[in-house]
Amino acid sequence: MSEWAAAGDRTVDKAIDGEASWQRREAASLSDYMTLLKPRVMSLVIFTAFVGMAIAPVEIHPVLGFAALLCIAIGAGASGALNMVYDADIDRIMQRTKSRPIPAGRVEPSEARAFGVTLSGFSVLTLGLIANWLAAALLAFTIFFYVVIYTLWLKRWTPQNIVIGGAAGAFPPVVGWVAATGSISIEPILLFLIIFVWTPPHFWALALLSREDYARAGVPMLPVVAGDHATRKQILAYTILLAPLGVSPVLFDMAGWLYGSVSAVAGLAFIGLSWRVYRRGSDETAARDAKNLFGYSILYLFLLFSLILMERWLGIV
Amino acid sequence: MDDTPVRLTEEERKRRRIRSIALALTLGALVLLFYAVTVVRLGPAVLDRPL
Repeated sequence: MSEWAAAGDRTVDKAIDGEASWQRREAASLSDYMTLLKPRVMSLVIFTAFVGMAIAPVEIHPVLGFAALLCIAIGAGASGALNMVYDADIDRIMQRTKSRPIPAGRVEPSEARAFGVTLSGFSVLTLGLIANWLAAALLAFTIFFYVVIYTLWLKRWTPQNIVIGGAAGAFPPVVGWVAATGSISIEPILLFLIIFVWTPPHFWALALLSREDYARAGVPMLPVVAGDHATRKQILAYTILLAPLGVSPVLFDMAGWLYGSVSAVAGLAFIGLSWRVYRRGSDETAARDAKNLFGYSILYLFLLFSLILMERWLGIV
Repeated sequence: MDDTPVRLTEEERKRRRIRSIALALTLGALVLLFYAVTVVRLGPAVLDRPL
C-alpha cells in the first residue's frame, strides 16, 4: 500500500471520528442548505446540460426540458451535499472550505446526508418519469461517481483524483442530450471529452494556489505529491491535448466556421497561458499566472459551449 | 436522557421560520410543475374524459 493510500485510509477514519464529535455552534439558515448544493458548480452543470439538450436533434417540450434540467441540477446539488458530508474533516482544515455549513457547525452531518440522499433519489426518479430511464440511470451514475468513486476513494488516494473524477463533471451534457433523445451518440461524447480533458488544467491551476492547504489536509493533489514543476508540465500537456479537441466539433458537423475560428484562437490562448505557468519559476508572479489560468479556463469552457448554442440559434449549423 | 426543553433564541426562531416558508414554497412549486408535466406528457385530453 502506498504512503498516500495509507494516508487516505487514515483520513477516512478521521472523517468518521469527526462526524461523531460534531457539535452545533449555530442554527442553520436557508443559505446554508443552498451552500450544501454547491450553487457555482450547479450553474455550470445546468449550462452544459442545457447545451446538450438544446443541440439534440429531437426537440423536447419546453416544460419537460425545464423539468429535466431541474432534475439534473438537483442531482448535481445532491452529490455536492453528500461530498460535503464525507469531506467535512478535510474542509475543517482547509482555509478555502472551513466556513462551509458542516465544518462551521451549522448543519449536522446526518442532516446533510439525509438531504443529499433524498434529493438524489427524488431527482433520479423524477427524471426517469419525466424524460426517460436511460437519462435517469446516467444521472444516478454521475451522482455515484462523484460521491463514491471521487469523494470517498480517489480524492484521498491518488494524485490522479481529479483526472478520473473529472468524468463526474463531464456527464451533464450527456444527460441533457439523452433526456431529449433517449440515446447516446458522438455529439454528447465529444462534449463529455472536452470537459473531461479541460478539468485537469482547471483544477491543477487552483491546486497550485492552494498547495499548502491540501498538504495540511492530507489530500494528495498533484502539486503536493509531485511538486509544482511536474504539475505545471501536466497542465501544459493537457492544454495541448485540449486545444485541438476544442475545435473538433467542427469535424463532426456539430459546429460551424464561427465556432471553429473562435475555439482555435481560444485554444491557442489557453496554451499560451499554460506555457507561461510552465516557464515561470516559483516566484511571486507564479501565483498570479496560475490565477489567470484558472479564471481563463472557466471563460474558455463557457465560450465554447455558448458558441455551439449560438450557432444553432443563428442557423450557422 | 436530558429532558430540558430546547429554548430557541429569537435569531434561531427567525431562521426556522424562513426555512419553513422556503420549504412550503418549494412544495407548492413542485405541485405546479408536476401538474404541468402531467398535462404535457398525457396531453390536454386527459382533462376531457367521461365521468
